This record gives sequence, structure tokens and C-alpha cells, in this order.
Amino acid sequence: MENKDFSAGIKAGLSIAIGYFPVALTFGLLAKTAGLSLIEATAMSLFVYAGASQYIALSLITAAVNPFVIVINTFIVNIRHFLMTASLNEKTLPEKRSIKAIYAFGITDETFSVLATTKDKKISTAYIFGVTTIAYASWVIFTALGHVIGANLPLFLQAAMSIALYAMFVGLLVPSMKGNRKVVSLAGLAAAIQSFFYFTELLSTGWAILVSTLAASIVIEMIYANYAKKKSQYMTEEEGL
Amino acid sequence: MGAVYWWMLLGMALATYIPRMIPLAFLDGKELPPIISGVLQNIPYAVLGALIFPAILFVQEGNILFGIIGLIVSFTIAIVGGNVITVVLGTIGVLAVYSLFI
Repeated sequence: MENKDFSAGIKAGLSIAIGYFPVALTFGLLAKTAGLSLIEATAMSLFVYAGASQYIALSLITAAVNPFVIVINTFIVNIRHFLMTASLNEKTLPEKRSIKAIYAFGITDETFSVLATTKDKKISTAYIFGVTTIAYASWVIFTALGHVIGANLPLFLQAAMSIALYAMFVGLLVPSMKGNRKVVSLAGLAAAIQSFFYFTELLSTGWAILVSTLAASIVIEMIYANYAKKKSQYMTEEEGL
Repeated sequence: MGAVYWWMLLGMALATYIPRMIPLAFLDGKELPPIISGVLQNIPYAVLGALIFPAILFVQEGNILFGIIGLIVSFTIAIVGGNVITVVLGTIGVLAVYSLFI
């Protein structure tokens, strides 16, 4: 059972590994250009393991920004994961805190999306380790490879592969949208709020994702709770007549 | 780069790990009121919406058409029932052809 769940996790995580390939390869390459050694670049993917903030860190290192500012920036970009792991906690089977603290390291936007949209009502620890292991391995290995080979994929392929993670998000979202108005409204409202922040530049991307996700989740939940209440009221009145 | 780099890495690692770890290790998830639990169950779908749009439009700098094609192709493959890998590889394939010809 454990083994079966782990391999199911590996299989589910494969699309993440494919999506990470060009992003990690490019990170390794850019890290080299920014003056990081192979060890330093790989260590960042190994210990930090956060795509967007690693890219931002590179540009800040190149600009000789105070390292403390880079750390704060990393925190701001990643605070949205607080929301994701709180949500994921509702879907995981009971497990020791220490084990959950270990797999928490592997929760990224991508692994969260795959885990949270898994059809099963609850997901096992072995499954979570399967998804997170293959994603993490891809991220670390291709960072190192990008630094070592120091060259990019052919330009046309590189351009095409930059869509991979977004295509994966669409592939995860759309099946849940089918025939489910609540999911459609959640994704639509969050995308609308996110667009507002994007075009007004009111918030940085990290905060914007946090705020639009939370706002959409709360608003839609309240509308549905209200609707359910009205419906049950109406039903009792009907019965009364 | 030296010692400063490694201290910065430690700081970055903690700044990333702590928000991921605290809810999983310290929330029990059982005694939450239904409205909170409902909001938390909404988060995956909301976060996917926010991650996809509008960022997908700007994947290729200065070429919004690239992102629009990516969005339409991935959506179409997903709606006709393709699994996630098919959506990813199919979209890459179509855009690779497109990139070859522009």
C-alpha cells in the first residue's frame, strides 16, 4: 500500500518534474553568469527550493543588494505558502508532526496544486513524498546540470517550454471546473483580483497571490453559505405550506 | 562569495521553510469551524486562478500572442479530457512549432 501510494505520487509529480526542467536549467545557467560556483548554485536549490525567490535573489546578488534584504524579500515572496499548507492540512491523513514537518519542505506552488487537486478525499504520507521527491530531484539535478553545461536549450524549445508550468496549472484546474460553478467562480474571481493587482502594481506578486487567493476563497464561501441558508429556509417554508 | 553567501542561504532557507512548515506541523485541522474549513478547501482553485492569470499572458516578453495561444491550447486539451502530462506536452509541442515559425 505504502509503495503503491509512493509510485502513484511519483507519477502524479512527473508533470512538475517536466515543468521544472527548463526553469531549473536556466537558473543554473544564470547563477553561473551571476558568479556563483557550482556548489553555491546547487546549494541554493537544495536548501532554499523556491523558484521565484531564487531568481529574484540572483538579480539582487548581481546588484550587490544587502543579503539581509534578500532574506526578507524571500520571506515576502513565500509567505503565501502559509495559506497553501494550511489548506493542504485539511486533506492529509493523520500523521506525526515530525513527519509532516519533513514533507512540508517539499510544498511549492506546483506540488501543492497537484496534491490539493488529487481526486481522493484524503492523501497519504507516501503519496505526498512521491510527488515532492520527484519534483525536488528535478529542481536540484537540473540546476546543477544548467551550471555544468552552461548552455541553454535551443531557443525555440526554450521558449516553448517556458509555458510548461502554466499549462500544468491549467491541466490541474480545468477538470475540477467542469460542471462545478463554485470552482469556476473561485478561479475566475481570484484571476480577476490578481489581474487588478498586476495592472495597478498595487502589490508585489508574492503578496498579490496571497491576497487574491484569500479574498476569492472567503467571498465565494460566504456567498455559498448564504445561498445554502436561504435555500434551506425556503425549503422549510415550502414544507410548512 | 564566501561566508556571507552561506549565511544568506541559511536565512533564505528558513524564510522559505517556516511558512510551509508551521500550518502542517501545528494545525490539527479537526476542530476548525465549518466556514474556515470551507475557505481552506477553496484555496487550491483560487490559487490556481491567481497563478495562471494574468501571468500566463506574459510568459514570453513582448509577445502576448504566445501566452494567449498557450492558454487556449492548454485549456482545449484539458477540456476534451487530456490528463496533465498530455496538456503540458501538447502545449509545449504547439508552441515549439509556433516559435519555429516566428
